[in-house]
Amino acid sequence: MKVTIDGQEIEVAPGTTILQAARMIGGESVPPAMCYYSKLEKTGGKCRCCLVEVAKGSDADPRPMPKLMASCVTGCMDGMEVNSKNSERVREARQSVTEFLLINHPLDCPICDQAGECDLQDLSFEHGKSKTRFIEEKRTFEPEDIGPNIQLHMNRCILCQRCVAVADQLTDNRVHGVLDRGDHANISTCISKAIDNEFSGNMIDVCPVGALTDKTFRFKSRVWFNKPYNAHRDCDKCCGKTTVWMFGDEIQRVTGRKDVYHEVEEFICNECRFEHKDPADWVIEGPRKFDKDSVINQNNYTREMETVHIATEEGILKGREQDRKKISMTAIPLDQKEQEEFKNGNL
Amino acid sequence: MSQKILLDKINVPGIKTYEVYRREGGYTSVEKALKSMTPDDVVEEVKKSGLRGRGGAGFPAGMKWSFIDKKSGKPRHLVCNADESEPGTFKDRYLMEFIPHLLIEGMITSSFALGANRSYIYIRGEYMWVFKILERAIAEAKAAGWLGKNILGTGYDLELHVHCGAGAYICGEETALIESLEGKRGNPRIKPPFPAVSGLWANPTVVNNVETIAAVPWIVNNSGDDYAKIGIGRSTGTKLISASGNVKNPGVYEIELGLSVDEFMNSDEYLGGMSTNRPLKALVPGGSSVPILPADLIFKTANGEDRLMTYESLSDGGFATGSMLGSGGFIVYDDTACIVRNTWNFSRFYHHESCGQCTPCREGTGWLEKVLWRIENGLGREEDIDLLWSIQSKIEGNTICPLGDAASWPVAAAIRHFREEFEYHVRFPERIKNRDHFVAEPFEKVRHLVAKQTV
Repeated sequence: MKVTIDGQEIEVAPGTTILQAARMIGGESVPPAMCYYSKLEKTGGKCRCCLVEVAKGSDADPRPMPKLMASCVTGCMDGMEVNSKNSERVREARQSVTEFLLINHPLDCPICDQAGECDLQDLSFEHGKSKTRFIEEKRTFEPEDIGPNIQLHMNRCILCQRCVAVADQLTDNRVHGVLDRGDHANISTCISKAIDNEFSGNMIDVCPVGALTDKTFRFKSRVWFNKPYNAHRDCDKCCGKTTVWMFGDEIQRVTGRKDVYHEVEEFICNECRFEHKDPADWVIEGPRKFDKDSVINQNNYTREMETVHIATEEGILKGREQDRKKISMTAIPLDQKEQEEFKNGNL
Repeated sequence: MSQKILLDKINVPGIKTYEVYRREGGYTSVEKALKSMTPDDVVEEVKKSGLRGRGGAGFPAGMKWSFIDKKSGKPRHLVCNADESEPGTFKDRYLMEFIPHLLIEGMITSSFALGANRSYIYIRGEYMWVFKILERAIAEAKAAGWLGKNILGTGYDLELHVHCGAGAYICGEETALIESLEGKRGNPRIKPPFPAVSGLWANPTVVNNVETIAAVPWIVNNSGDDYAKIGIGRSTGTKLISASGNVKNPGVYEIELGLSVDEFMNSDEYLGGMSTNRPLKALVPGGSSVPILPADLIFKTANGEDRLMTYESLSDGGFATGSMLGSGGFIVYDDTACIVRNTWNFSRFYHHESCGQCTPCREGTGWLEKVLWRIENGLGREEDIDLLWSIQSKIEGNTICPLGDAASWPVAAAIRHFREEFEYHVRFPERIKNRDHFVAEPFEKVRHLVAKQTV
């Protein structure tokens, strides 16, 4: 089947969704996806970030689709023509979805462990505005402890429900899910502290925002200060192939290996993720590569770092010679008159 | 006196019971359909009748039935949507409470037409007493041999179940209803696949409103052509209208489609005019989610034709000057009503009822409500009116299910037709602090305060 996305043609197999076809083409026309996860079934369609315009339904039925379609759940038809980044309507819709996602988001990126590898940051960098029109109080939730390894920040959640899909598809007994409805819908466990499953840690990896973070990595470092390495170990539960995030000789965090769309290549078990922080446990394969433009890459040590020079007078921060003597040199005490002047000002 | 199809026998004493209903000619459509017609004949009659879905969208019922996937060989289901939760609509309750056997007869005949052997009535949890009435009626019908194995010796089996919802408006959306019926959280599914291909338990399913199904026995007993003779154009048959608000005789009425809005509002046979001596201000013709109409567009359309109670006439002029027949929740406002407060009230409802699955509706409905609350309570800003317009335009069309549209249309229409009233709320916060601000001082008296003036 032939599909055209933003003017680029590609041949795809029947059953391919528009998003998958766009990812095959790659580049700028790939719609952003917050809830779709190709490794998990029945995800997608919820966040509405990946809306595209179908300008021509198919060769058989060339009518355009009246509404914007969620590209992650819309199958390709032969001869379909899709506008993604090229369409004004699509850009507007993505901007509005971004605005909707951000109105109740706490915007606590400076203290959020996800910052730097957050899909919502990327989305708002691309489609967001710097101003807000929302003057109401933000919706908040009571903090909840969902278990020993995973930290839940419900206020940051965008309800993509990927973590629910992980629990459904990787673990036997799902104990968490969506409670309540509307803007008070929240991810919660039926019984507090209940999440205890050998593969539950993958919820952290699939979470596109900082709603589910690693308790063993909490406030340890910003992600871009870590050096990510591909590493593996013999694990009887999972593939054992991970990315370890190092600071000096210390392993601060272990995650799955994420591809360019921030999807893990293979899911890993909790033992690998949380319990092996000793570099001796791992066989380090080499540095993990990230996209050129990602925040994590800003600190890339494989590239030469330049020293920052402030183009200003040499030694300006030191102050003038006579001033430094007056203010800070106890070795040269002020006399009576000078002390008086110093106290009351030189009137 | 217009023809009654659904409420013809409603005043017969004891029509709730099987004996009286049967004596009055009930269940003849089942006999006729099962003994002398094929399922396709029934579908054909319904197609000919032009019967349109009475739940709100007005999609032709016969066409919906013909989409059902019969080739796959999977069992098929008919689901009756009795989750009537639209503010202003109470016709299905009336029908089910006072003449429950009509719905059951319709269910049997329609299930036969679709080849469904297991059908469901999904009723909202708030209608618990009606649920019990239906349960009893089903038991009576079963005892009389209209349900169960080998009905009337024709070899057709049908089990009918009533399922109770748990208080969610969203479960009136057909895919959310199916999810809820399967025992899951009532979130709308992403379409395609449509229920006609993969619905309940992934089997082909048709979901129809109570009123749609209740019209089927008459169509089978008479004929599709007879039904199509009633009404005008593509709006055939009769429609139940639940009238409320400032009218003399509120209640459920069966009208022939094509009646003029003027006659329906003012004749003594129907609503009998306004209940107060106040002038008419606005009308919501089809339940809370359809656009509100201002006084000058109620009886006449924008091009000066009479406004009729039909799908086409009520939506004449699109959303700019028209509305929709919707589910028939006919809400009338006199000039003491505050449109801003009313819009806020509707918005509060949609905020409360949004399922929270997709972003624009989850976040947008709450935002709309908060902004409208501020305006209504004297905390509005001039830019809030444009903000409301912008928010609603961003929700509409970008959501999984029509709840997002339903939440944005009333807001859009209120701003479109009553913008001055919003401006009045923003500019004179002291005057609207009193909750009944338009009772003593209707908007007409203060309109000059916000009128555009050239100095």
